[in-house]
Amino acid sequence: MTSPILDISSVSLSFGRLKALDGVSFAVSAGERLALLGHNGAGKSTLFKAILGFLAPQAGHISVTGHAPGTDPARIAVNYLPEVVSFPRNLTGREVLDYFSGLRGAPRRDVADLLSRVGLADAADRAVGAYSKGMRQRLGLAQALIGAPRLLLLDEPTSGLDPVSREDFYEVIAEAAGRGSAVLLSSHSLEEVQNRTDRVAILAQGRLCAEGTVAQLAARASLPTTIRITAHAGAADDLHAAFGGRRINGCRLEIDCDAATKLSVLARLGQHRQALSDIDVAAPGLNDIYRHFSGRDRAEDRT
Amino acid sequence: MNSRIATVFAQEFRQARRNLWVMLATGALGLFALALGLFGAGQGAALKADVLTLTAASLATLSVYLIPLIALLMSYDSLAGEVERGSLALTLATPVRRWEVFVGKFAAQAAAVGLAIVMAFGLAGLVVGLLAGTGIDGIVAWLRLIATSVLLGAVFVGIGLLLSALTGRTARAAAAAVGTWLLLVVLYDLALLGAIMTAGEGVFAGQVFPWLVVANPADAFRLYNLAMIDTAPVAGIDGLARTLPFPPIAALVALGGWLAVVLALGVQRTKRIIP
Repeated sequence: MTSPILDISSVSLSFGRLKALDGVSFAVSAGERLALLGHNGAGKSTLFKAILGFLAPQAGHISVTGHAPGTDPARIAVNYLPEVVSFPRNLTGREVLDYFSGLRGAPRRDVADLLSRVGLADAADRAVGAYSKGMRQRLGLAQALIGAPRLLLLDEPTSGLDPVSREDFYEVIAEAAGRGSAVLLSSHSLEEVQNRTDRVAILAQGRLCAEGTVAQLAARASLPTTIRITAHAGAADDLHAAFGGRRINGCRLEIDCDAATKLSVLARLGQHRQALSDIDVAAPGLNDIYRHFSGRDRAEDRT
Repeated sequence: MNSRIATVFAQEFRQARRNLWVMLATGALGLFALALGLFGAGQGAALKADVLTLTAASLATLSVYLIPLIALLMSYDSLAGEVERGSLALTLATPVRRWEVFVGKFAAQAAAVGLAIVMAFGLAGLVVGLLAGTGIDGIVAWLRLIATSVLLGAVFVGIGLLLSALTGRTARAAAAAVGTWLLLVVLYDLALLGAIMTAGEGVFAGQVFPWLVVANPADAFRLYNLAMIDTAPVAGIDGLARTLPFPPIAALVALGGWLAVVLALGVQRTKRIIP
């Protein structure tokens, strides 16, 4: 078995009294794409800065290809795209990539190829100031691909991109993973990353709440299916008495049941056909799963 | 120069050129030098003095205001701005050393300011020399002025970068740069002038005061140039140029000392930046 490219074990990091990271552990192997999900302030960017060696954890340790963050082998292995980056407006895309190639000791003849991989070949010699937001983000991605990195760190790489650019973005990322890069990217939305990454990890208030494939998370959350019933006038009280559940208004009722008992509940509802005007069955969605693990549903219930 | 410093240097110098900084600085300095030179040419005949030497003296007094301002404006945003825009995080994620980033930026900006000074003063000196005529003394004084101006520019580029690394935020770096300029170029002289007038003749005026003057890089620059030109008319604290208790070269050493200290501190502070 090969050791993972990125190995994070029980990392804790606080700023004064604020615990930004609290016992976070996970690993990413070569060719694997892991999405780190979390709200603003969940600790995603802090974790990235720790992996880059800008911040030192107070406890636990991080290894990048077996080396400590910030050491030369680790820096060579990691390429990074921050959430917000603006390159100098009066330089061209090619000059920006020349610069980072120079710092990484990567050959400059690869720059043209990188630019065409992200679809910027035509804009290579235009000033970055004239680029659209999507083009600038793609230039950032090209920068992150310099020198065939073994670990790609992408901090909310697609925020503010239109759906088409987003699709292109994930294609380039998949291609990089296909070449053997380990990819760690952060995002706000489980929906966005579900078919585009191999695993997800959910971070909330500095703690890792869940980790696994989307299917595993859905099974572990075992969220109830909600059956919404609209009754004919006057029949709602009887249905409520028979099935329990929540009364929404005079004629509507919501019943929560787990996946296994869903069919039997529906069959029993069938016996009350004359009282029903409509039935709607809502299986838990990705956002429900995300909210379940990140603890937001509980917080919202309280308010 | 290793290739990473060369990369930072090339990037930084290209930006200085594209931002029209070099052109603007050359234009401003050139106009100043020419105006003083032509004004001096009008007076020179009456004073029977070498016009280029006279102009070098008066330009030394004016450069003290202009060159630090240009150098600080060029450098104050260099690190702080990149922290805010996120590009420094990208740079520091590569194998580049932090001292290499600082040194590369410093060298490029000092070169840009230096290039502006050499072009502006060089051209103005040529025009004044050709129009009014000059001798070997005039040319030496002028070359000395150019060389020390480049050094003065480098010191203030270093100060600006140090402030940029210290503050880490553009707005604060700008305030610090303006404050430093006011303090070193304007207020320091006023304070010294006040002190010497209050203290009168004595130990302070003879022993302490001259050292306090060369302790300021801007004053050290001016004092050195004026002390080396015997015919220069001097006033205020520059009267010291005629009664220096140490050789003028000490002022130059002080300037070099400032450069060394500022670069060392700047590298040290750059290592503490969290991008």
